[in-house]
Amino acid sequence: MVALGLVAVLAGCGGEPQVQDGLSGSFNIIGSNTVTPLASVWAEDFMKAHPKVSISVSGPGSGVGIAALIDRTTDICQSSRTIKAEEVAQAEANGVHPYEIQVASDALSVVVNPSNTVSSLTFAQLSAIYTDQITNWKEVGGPDAPIVAISRDTNSGTHAFFKEHVVQSIDKKLEYGTKVLFLPSTEAGVSEVAKNPNAIFYAGLGYVTQKVKPLAIKKSGDSAAILPSVATALDGTYPISRPLLFYTNGAPDGIIKAFVDYCLSPGGQEKVTEVGYVPLA
Amino acid sequence: MPARIDWVKERLIPRLFGRNSTATAPGNAFRFRGRWRLGEKSIEGLISLSGILAIVLLLGVLVLLLKEGLPIFSHTPPWEFFFGTKWYPISEPPTFGVMPFFVSTIMITAIATAVAVPIGVGCAAYLAEVASPKVRETVKLLVELLAGIPSVVMGFVGLMLLSPLVQSIFHLNTGLCGLTAAIMLSLMSLPIIVTVSEDALRAVPSEFKEASYALGATRWETIRHVCIPAALSGISAAIMLGVGRAIGETMTVLMVAGGALAIPHLPTEPMTTMTAAIASGIGNAVRGGLQYQALFAVGLILFVMTLSVNWVADRILERQKRKFAR
Repeated sequence: MVALGLVAVLAGCGGEPQVQDGLSGSFNIIGSNTVTPLASVWAEDFMKAHPKVSISVSGPGSGVGIAALIDRTTDICQSSRTIKAEEVAQAEANGVHPYEIQVASDALSVVVNPSNTVSSLTFAQLSAIYTDQITNWKEVGGPDAPIVAISRDTNSGTHAFFKEHVVQSIDKKLEYGTKVLFLPSTEAGVSEVAKNPNAIFYAGLGYVTQKVKPLAIKKSGDSAAILPSVATALDGTYPISRPLLFYTNGAPDGIIKAFVDYCLSPGGQEKVTEVGYVPLA
Repeated sequence: MPARIDWVKERLIPRLFGRNSTATAPGNAFRFRGRWRLGEKSIEGLISLSGILAIVLLLGVLVLLLKEGLPIFSHTPPWEFFFGTKWYPISEPPTFGVMPFFVSTIMITAIATAVAVPIGVGCAAYLAEVASPKVRETVKLLVELLAGIPSVVMGFVGLMLLSPLVQSIFHLNTGLCGLTAAIMLSLMSLPIIVTVSEDALRAVPSEFKEASYALGATRWETIRHVCIPAALSGISAAIMLGVGRAIGETMTVLMVAGGALAIPHLPTEPMTTMTAAIASGIGNAVRGGLQYQALFAVGLILFVMTLSVNWVADRILERQKRKFAR
């Protein structure tokens, strides 16, 4: 009994208990750059618990993941935006049936350089900044300095989500301005904001580090300014929270189902908080 | 030449066909000739096959680009595609105008070439005419090492070292701009310009230089008025190869050029080149979709551009050859 207890304690120390359940095989996860840090942690833990399973995770952008799902080149598509109706139609035409699973939530954070004196912005101001209508920080109560607006490129689900919910919050016809910088990864944007006192960028909560300052967001001029955090996303007060999703071709089965079940389990949801995102309520 | 024939007779033939099969050995002559023919034929076949393969691949690429790219013109008329200034591939409805990318590519390539050519040709002239053999070997080795640095690493260097520098020197809002990309590209096209120009300069007959020195010309005058003009065909080819490298480079410009969609007016503005547009867009383009077709059409434009650069290089080479024909 003592030995058994010791084994259990040791296994407990090693993280996930080693289960000999015969799970084996490999699959890949392609898509959102936002979800990548989370999916990588899940994949590592799952592979630790099931040594015969191998999972590869890559995060070029949600659009890439959805295109890969439609072209049948990925098993799981991770996405930070919901699939568009026309993408569902393209998938169905290819014999693929997208199946949506929400795995976590995110408070999409707007970040600036820590030296920036601006601490909150409204949807209308953000929209004006990202459509080249406001080009100087003094127009939003900051110093007299030009605004360097940074966005992800069109591969990104965050690009699409931010456009739909913030840039177009006033007028559905608005597009990102031509002066906006489009960068190929979230890390590139965050590192530019950390270096550049005039830059502004948006990123998933998991990418907000000490080197950048998140802004409090107001839905309209008279509503309260809310900082992005797990708490404000969970109680629904933060205005730009969004689901982080997995898409599979039909309901998952086999090892993919086991993996998704792990992600949704209490242990998997604990990792969500560790990585900096918002667990499912 | 006779020395080479001796080498074939004494070394190569025995090695290929066995020690006893010399061309003059009686009795073996017929058998040897038969085997020689066979070897000759099969090698000839292999070589022509490789030649044909290159052409087939080229045509294959062209056909693929045409097949996947041309259908976009039924959605966006060619005029709007080439001269349109708005690229919103995932909007409803999408618009495709490549003018900003085209202008950015031309601008970045022009600056990269303008920076790389004087340095590259100067370096080549130094290596070929001035440097001692020891210095030459060391510098050449280092220049060739520069060519071996992966473009993504050059992107890092641009991102971390050059972009803050460019930003502070030119007082810009951001260092991620066309100029940063152009400087990185000039570094990347430098090795090919140096190596090819140096070869061309060293190929200038020494009689030319000796005649120049005999007339009392200094070393600088000899390089300036004799060596460089005589090697101009090779140097032009080197420049064109450098231009080709700069037009086609993707990863570095994707990382440091900033990626704005406006038509740039100054090199210090953020911009997106055609290669960067393809690389950042092709991932989320569903096969056969509008964005996919549009990106292939961009690829087609790039293909035509590099083809014309090569064609121009070819014409220059041809003209120089005729000029210096002896």
